Amino acid sequence: MSEKLPRTEMPCQKAEERVKNFNEVALGYTDEMAKAEASRCLQCKNPMCRKGCPVEVRIPEFIAQINNGDLEKAYEILKSTNSLPAVCGRVCPQEKQCEAKCILGAKGEPVAIGRLERYVADKALAANKKTAAASASKDVKIACIGSGPASLTCAGYLANLGAKVTVFEGLHEPGGVLVYGIPEFRLPKSIVRQELEGLKDMGVEIKTSFVGGTTVTVDSLFEQGYKAIFVGVGAGLPLFLNVPGENLIGVFSANEYLTRTNLGRAYDFPNYDTPCYSGKKVTVFGAGNVAMDAARTAMRMGAETVHIVYRRTRNEMPARLEEIEHAFEEGVQLLELAAPLAFKGDELGKLRSVTLQKMELGEPDASGRRSPVPVQGSEFELETDLAIVALGTRPNPLFIHNTPALELNKKGYITVNEETCETSIPNVFAGGDIVTGAATVILAMGAGRKAGAAIAERFLK
Amino acid sequence: MAVKILKKESLIPGRTSRLVLDAPHIAATAKPGHFIILRINEKGERFPLTIADTDKEHGTITIVYLVMGKSTTLLESLNEGDEIHDVCGPLGRATHIVNGGKDHKVICVGGGTGVAAMHHIAKGHSKAGNYVIAVIGARSKDLLLYYDELSKFCDEVLVATNDGSMGVQGMVTDPLIERLKSDKDIKEVVAIGPVPMMEAIAKLTKEYNVPTTVSLNSLMVDGMGMCGACRVTVGGETKFTCVDGPEFDGHKVDFNELKIRLSSFRDKEAQSVEHHKCTCGAH
Repeated sequence: MSEKLPRTEMPCQKAEERVKNFNEVALGYTDEMAKAEASRCLQCKNPMCRKGCPVEVRIPEFIAQINNGDLEKAYEILKSTNSLPAVCGRVCPQEKQCEAKCILGAKGEPVAIGRLERYVADKALAANKKTAAASASKDVKIACIGSGPASLTCAGYLANLGAKVTVFEGLHEPGGVLVYGIPEFRLPKSIVRQELEGLKDMGVEIKTSFVGGTTVTVDSLFEQGYKAIFVGVGAGLPLFLNVPGENLIGVFSANEYLTRTNLGRAYDFPNYDTPCYSGKKVTVFGAGNVAMDAARTAMRMGAETVHIVYRRTRNEMPARLEEIEHAFEEGVQLLELAAPLAFKGDELGKLRSVTLQKMELGEPDASGRRSPVPVQGSEFELETDLAIVALGTRPNPLFIHNTPALELNKKGYITVNEETCETSIPNVFAGGDIVTGAATVILAMGAGRKAGAAIAERFLK
Repeated sequence: MAVKILKKESLIPGRTSRLVLDAPHIAATAKPGHFIILRINEKGERFPLTIADTDKEHGTITIVYLVMGKSTTLLESLNEGDEIHDVCGPLGRATHIVNGGKDHKVICVGGGTGVAAMHHIAKGHSKAGNYVIAVIGARSKDLLLYYDELSKFCDEVLVATNDGSMGVQGMVTDPLIERLKSDKDIKEVVAIGPVPMMEAIAKLTKEYNVPTTVSLNSLMVDGMGMCGACRVTVGGETKFTCVDGPEFDGHKVDFNELKIRLSSFRDKEAQSVEHHKCTCGAH
């Protein structure tokens, strides 16, 4: 019966309105919408959706509780495997994970699992529902370095089992990429803060301005009696294009541009002190989710035009479809099949234009995508006063440099045991971008959970 | 994490102060050359300051600053017993100090508040047993920082003032040239101060072929190797001041680019100061 119902659309702020503010774009389901969507779930005996989730959320069970009208129970089920459901419901690429496996997707549209997850989590946060403090506190100290999704998941998992967990964050605000990277209009800080409060209620201690590798080191933590250390220090130095003029005023890494606007709240300058560079004609290099975040932020910061410059075509863009569509709705333009050769500035060193070269698609490369080939003699100039480079990142250099005993792979990321996430240093575990390179929030959370389970097995039995 | 100001001493009234901070977690591992990142209040901007001294035993670090923009104005408004909202560190790579003994002559040059950071490095060289010659300068005697402190442990302290009220009349480069000419045993030079000063010193020491380290004050946001704001060209390669520095080979730094990049937010900085004056009623 339920197969006939169409997937319930997510209400959103209108594009022409939202591009003028930093408020959340997707507004969330109403009770009626959630009920309608939940009723589409077939309650499979062998739910494939759950296998598509890196933290194995008990999907049909929580959806069944929406149908029953027991949202408290639904939230409990979510929290039993996922410490950050309000975050995941917003930023997970469900179309590649749980929803990709939903049986309804074979003939029609899958259940909107992410939207339902968000609905349940938001209801619980709005009701200020406290997570029950872990019952039997054990005298086992665990340290998590970094406070992004990997570390927070590990911390939540172990606190739930009674460990005394301390999270050390280098920045002044906890949350890692959830706070410095993902913009307010996609993930409001208030949501992250509430999820963090939930962890604190469970007894997790969070220390900010403690830098992994300097203020706290592996050795100092073991000396202080921590039994195990989880390292989730995330991505590090941004990759640049390596073209002339890249250090002109007006050329930014996406990391810097987003950190200034998100963590520094530069969109509210001068009420907040962190400034951000205002550009009228903005170019963004790269086509992943971070590039979309940067482009959409630039629109909101008052740009006249924002061009995403990409070597390939729209079909090859690695960003989530939803992000690409939202960006285009907001007026972001795509300049496909073009690559930068040089940035040019004025006598004061300020960016004025970028020299681009046209590309065409050739033979498929190792990734299976057709590789761009330069078209000789096709150079042209595009006026730009703010260029944002979003090509990805390298490993966080600080922690690794100060922990020479760690074994690294060829690319400089930490090598771990795939089953346990343990590094080459006994009782030091790692997960998230510092192991995999830039990936998704949920993959990092999956690693945090796996490491948490391994630590629990060893110290909390 | 908030950190308490244990002691505040005005070095140049209204312009430069010295703060001793209660930060045992930073003092425990801080070495000469390291810096910290501060944020004065809930809405403040992150900005770096080089550590001027550490006292592991008492768990304190010392910073010295010049009041320049809104953040340093706010910092100057704090008093003993107040807390700085966030202080994080130690950051950056420590100064490379060789244990060369008294045959290893090092000239440490400081200008402006850079003298304070230089003092920490000079102290490191002194503790390592090296022969340390400090060269410090200011417009006049009243504005000279750290003369007494440096005199306690340096083998020599040379002073230059623009008005000749103390030491030789001129710039720090003047006693430096004299020394480089007359003393062939100088093994290295360390220079910390305004960019034009470091640039001039690097140019000079290159003529004498003396290895020279400069400590750069690039703009930073996170200060821990994430954002790339502090990039600088050294020997034709892009380096990151926060994690590859802050100290670099002075003969290889592209100072022109550094000066340009330091001016990135000049208009916003002025706007921020204006806004502060309006909101705190200082008009």
